[in-house]
Amino acid sequence: MNRRHVLKAAAAAVAGAWMLSSAGVASAADTIKIGILHSLSGTMAISETALKNTALMTIEEINAKGGVLGKKLEAVVVDPASNWPLFAEKARQLITQDKVAVVFGCWTSVSRKSVLPVFEELDSLLFYPVQYEGEELSQNVFYTGAAPNQQAIPAVEYLMSKDGGGAKRFVLLGTDYVYPRTTNKILRAFLKSKGVAEADIMEDYTPFGHSDYQTIIAKIKKFAGEGKKTAVISTINGDSNVPFYKELGNQGLKATDVPVVAFSVGEEELRGVDTKPLVGHLAAWNYFMSVKNAENTAFIKQYKAWAKANNLPNLDTVVTNDPMEATYVGIHMWKQAVEKAKSTDVDKVRKAMAGQTFKAPSGFVLKMDETNHHLHKPVMIGEVQGDGQFDVVWKTKGPIRAQPWSPFIPGNETKQKL
Amino acid sequence: MTSALGRLRALAVPLVLALMFLGSGQSAFAFDAEMVSGLLSEEASDKADAIEKIVASGDPTTLGLLAALRDGTLRVTPDKKLFIKERGVLKDAISGADLEAEPDESEKVTINNRLRSQVDSAIAGLRIFSKDAKERLVAAKAIEPSIDTLPMLSKALAAETDAKVREVLRLAEASAKLQSPDVAQQLAAIESLAASTDPKVRTQLQALTSPPSGTETPEAAKVRTAAVEAVAAIERRLAMYDIVGRLFTGVSLGSILLLVALGLAITYGLLGVINMAHGEMLMIGAYATYLTQQVFRSHFPDHIDWYLVCAVPVSFAIAAAIGMLLERTVIRWLYGRPLETLLATWGISLFLIQLVRQVFGAQNVEVANPSWMSGGIELTNLVLPYNRIVIIGFSAAVLLLVWLMLTRTRLGLFIRGVTQNRTMASCVGVPTGKVDLMAFGLGSGIGGLAGCALSQIGNVGPDLGQSYIIDSFMVVVLGGVGQLLGTVYAALGLGVVAKFLEPFIGAVPTKILILVLIIAFIQKRPQGLFALKGRSVES
Amino acid sequence: MTTFTIPGREPLFSGKGWAALLAFLLASVVLVPVLFLAVPESSPFHLSAYFVTLIGKIMCYCVVAVAMNLIWGYTGILSLGHGVFFALGGYAFGMYLMRMIGREGQYQSDLPDFMVFLDWKAYPWYWSFTDQFWYSALLVVLVPGLLAFVFGYFAFRSRIKGVYFSIITQALTFAFMLLFFRNDTGFGGNNGFTDFKRILGFRISDPGTRATLFAITALYLAGCLVLTRALIRSKYGRVLTAIRDSESRLMFSGYNPLWFKLSVWTLSGVLCGIAGALYVPQVGIINPSEMSPANSIEIAIWVAVGGRGTLLGPILGAGIVNGAKSFFTQSFPEYWLFFLGILFVVVTLFLPKGVAGWIASRKSGDKT
Repeated sequence: MNRRHVLKAAAAAVAGAWMLSSAGVASAADTIKIGILHSLSGTMAISETALKNTALMTIEEINAKGGVLGKKLEAVVVDPASNWPLFAEKARQLITQDKVAVVFGCWTSVSRKSVLPVFEELDSLLFYPVQYEGEELSQNVFYTGAAPNQQAIPAVEYLMSKDGGGAKRFVLLGTDYVYPRTTNKILRAFLKSKGVAEADIMEDYTPFGHSDYQTIIAKIKKFAGEGKKTAVISTINGDSNVPFYKELGNQGLKATDVPVVAFSVGEEELRGVDTKPLVGHLAAWNYFMSVKNAENTAFIKQYKAWAKANNLPNLDTVVTNDPMEATYVGIHMWKQAVEKAKSTDVDKVRKAMAGQTFKAPSGFVLKMDETNHHLHKPVMIGEVQGDGQFDVVWKTKGPIRAQPWSPFIPGNETKQKL
Repeated sequence: MTSALGRLRALAVPLVLALMFLGSGQSAFAFDAEMVSGLLSEEASDKADAIEKIVASGDPTTLGLLAALRDGTLRVTPDKKLFIKERGVLKDAISGADLEAEPDESEKVTINNRLRSQVDSAIAGLRIFSKDAKERLVAAKAIEPSIDTLPMLSKALAAETDAKVREVLRLAEASAKLQSPDVAQQLAAIESLAASTDPKVRTQLQALTSPPSGTETPEAAKVRTAAVEAVAAIERRLAMYDIVGRLFTGVSLGSILLLVALGLAITYGLLGVINMAHGEMLMIGAYATYLTQQVFRSHFPDHIDWYLVCAVPVSFAIAAAIGMLLERTVIRWLYGRPLETLLATWGISLFLIQLVRQVFGAQNVEVANPSWMSGGIELTNLVLPYNRIVIIGFSAAVLLLVWLMLTRTRLGLFIRGVTQNRTMASCVGVPTGKVDLMAFGLGSGIGGLAGCALSQIGNVGPDLGQSYIIDSFMVVVLGGVGQLLGTVYAALGLGVVAKFLEPFIGAVPTKILILVLIIAFIQKRPQGLFALKGRSVES
Repeated sequence: MTTFTIPGREPLFSGKGWAALLAFLLASVVLVPVLFLAVPESSPFHLSAYFVTLIGKIMCYCVVAVAMNLIWGYTGILSLGHGVFFALGGYAFGMYLMRMIGREGQYQSDLPDFMVFLDWKAYPWYWSFTDQFWYSALLVVLVPGLLAFVFGYFAFRSRIKGVYFSIITQALTFAFMLLFFRNDTGFGGNNGFTDFKRILGFRISDPGTRATLFAITALYLAGCLVLTRALIRSKYGRVLTAIRDSESRLMFSGYNPLWFKLSVWTLSGVLCGIAGALYVPQVGIINPSEMSPANSIEIAIWVAVGGRGTLLGPILGAGIVNGAKSFFTQSFPEYWLFFLGILFVVVTLFLPKGVAGWIASRKSGDKT
């Protein structure tokens, strides 16, 4: 047995990796590179693929209108494969090897937590487009999704209102991980502040990828059968939603009896469900595809056209949703900030981002907060319709400011800005 | 609840009025555009008022308008004209006259849950005297029993001929009578309600069980004791239903585990192939079901309910064909190297997942339950969903067919022979290569069938198989490799144990505990439940 | 099997082997730090932090593959749960790193952020002393070691073999993953540990720290290789191979395989645990997904691709698969799973002994 060839091969592999590592250095100067860090494989591909598509579409749109500062944008797409350490590696690669000016990406909180130290160490910018649990604020991240007070709290207020059915008992149901646990913690404190008794709150969690909701729904029925109007607040994540809703429909739990309001179910998730038995169940977002205004009509048309041009699978049923809108808004705002700063320099862009406004497909003029890196967003409550769309049944008068540090968590009173 | 009740009370009087007119067969009021104008308001409370007015008009022709409002088929033009668009037929919402052309621009009149309940009870009130027994049943269930709806309920009960509807109405009338000031009526109501299994009734009765603060009149004490007894009776019955429910959910979970593991048991037991791509066979079966549905939707929309029946052979055939293709191209070269098949089939699994992702997209696709599989058998609070019942039956049928095939056919004989002693079987002329191919096809095909079943309860996406592959390996190993009966016991056992544990300790600890139990169990029986007995030292 | 030589007569490594090992050590301990720290960024010979952390990460995986090879390649026991030892080692060291964040977290509290959030006022008992580096280092060895020992003792005593053993190891790692996903377990739920700041007082983002970690990992990898080689050519190693090839025959010869299996199994778990501890500061995150069954299957795949039962095979396998992953996910993000899938199929079909076996057979020509 001779090891020399093995070693030679190893040396070749190392050399190859070296070439790879230095290949990114020579970049064309007439384009601005933009990193897109969304999982295209693994468990999160179901949600994140659409965001990658939206980002590419928006970049194409900006390029068609002449680019930014006279330069074309060039998207660098990588696949972190729903693997959290790989997220950190890919982020470092985008920033140091590809030298991107900004990164749009991440969906889950853990992926954001994974890349955050990298962005802080290398002082680069990340735009994060998904609603999340808050309790974080970084110089290097712009959060274009909702903080809990822009989604969860208004939804619960709605459930307690006359129109929402005047719910008195609440089931907090989620997948067992940080976002549901955090959101439910905030909601529990909020409900208590509204005088809901401990005995009227039921909290339950299921593991990731849980597909058998028979027992949980039986439990909910039992809980709801003990009198008083009951509502379910669902933070069930990803793939588990389809079995949950299918079971809900088949067990005959109607929205008029026990409404379910979800924070992670949008148009994209409902594509996999027959929604006829689910009419009337609720979702809270900052944007719905069914919103009627000129910006939204154009946005939907543009996405459909892009889907057709790029021959996306199932292109006749493509939908838009809230995180896609947040991605779209984020890229446009970054472009405006770059134009204002006349540079892609991180510090300058960061300064220029403060107070930046954009007329969004949600029909509102959204503003990037001057201090807390979160968008001011309107809150909308939608009811599921038979065609998989939502009817907006309630919305805020205007955009509201994010509170990433929830006031319902003790010790958070003093920190609302960087 | 209270606000809904209040509203119902408000509704009840005009409803009863309306019914009187209905009974006499003439409509006295007409409703007009003025009355419905509130529906066009942005505010839900304006809409509620408008609905109330429409209902108060008592005109039975409002039924069409209300139903359209509930079903979302009521539309409004920019110049505030209302029309109904149902299955392509256009009608004026007020006059009921047919419209020729659809207005260029129109918007749906939206409602929320509160209005939906309001409209539901209004429709129920109008339909309780319908000629169709089914409609009456739905209506009877929808009417909220209260002292205000009591006259209507009594009247409906008196006129009712259908036994099922009578039963519902009788209970509804009884719970309405609970609030009656007359003690005799109350006692009679409690007596008839004691036979109920509805937790709502229990809550109502419970309200009567609390002792009063002051002195209690003998009549009140009587009512209270009767109520306490009735609650106890209902609770006993509910507890029993609870156990039945858990057993059912356990069997249902078990039957699904059985379906996903059965194919694996065959390929693994016979060929010793650790088929990590078995999960992808489930996925292929599910996508085959989806495709069948799409074909039905576009070509035979009238027979859409039967797509599933057609999807069964289709998913079997497609999965079996792909399985056989894999056997011919990859797996047959790896016999005798079982652990390496793990590597190759893992690669195949990655490949197939990405292929499906490219073709069908990363998102889930929608597979709808046929109408005969939607809903369930309602044992009051306990609902046994039809789709679960069908799947239990389906997996029993698949099991039976596999068993028949293995014991009654020539191929089955060969398969058993090869499983027991490959060399010997080959010596006596069994074409082992062909048997392997058929067996792998069979295992994959059963995986496809499982996927077809899973599409009815869960999501259909590229990762579908990944979430079941570990569970199915656990089942096969727990049952004992190559043991069909072991697989059955293991699947049902795991399902029932999990479902009995879950209500007590929650879903996540249950899953952990089940895994620990499996590990502990294998310590006791290192060859699974049904180990092949033999004297050879190598197994 | 392959040719037999009398144990003890064969040198540990041939001259060329020693030279190669020395070259590897020189490259990773001297050359890489110099190119990384001293050579200016503009120079084509400069090594970026990305490259250093990437190779560092892959070297950790290589150690896991070497450990896996010890138990699967040489002893014939396939574990589909090695990720759990790796992750436990990582978590044990991650606890120390979390303690070292100090007040630099989001909440500026003495406790890690996730504990502040859970409203915990003090560290739970199992976190005690984890601010001591040496105690954490001890945990890195003890926790995976103890788990491996206890699990292995019961499993091997009951003579659980083959696929039964593989599946219960899978159940083990799956159960741990679910356990660690829970916030209440006290390890940060599915977010795990991130945002580390310093280690023994040195800032983690400091290039010097990175280079040091890189060098330590390289030394450790080399150490594992030497250890494997030494074990395998000893009498002990021969017994292991005998267990793989025919356990019953070994038992008839009067050996009790229990302690041989148990000791090598525990050793393998400990090696993985230490690799996990080195991995965490370099990639900057540890979370329960490291324990997912798919990750553990992948470990087996690295070994199979490289060639099980060969000394360098696992390292090649881990390097090739992870290198390919890093490369393809960037260059062909939509298609990389096709490449990976086909790679696995092709390797099993055409290179049954893995890449190392293929290279060896090409070298020896038709002699075998």
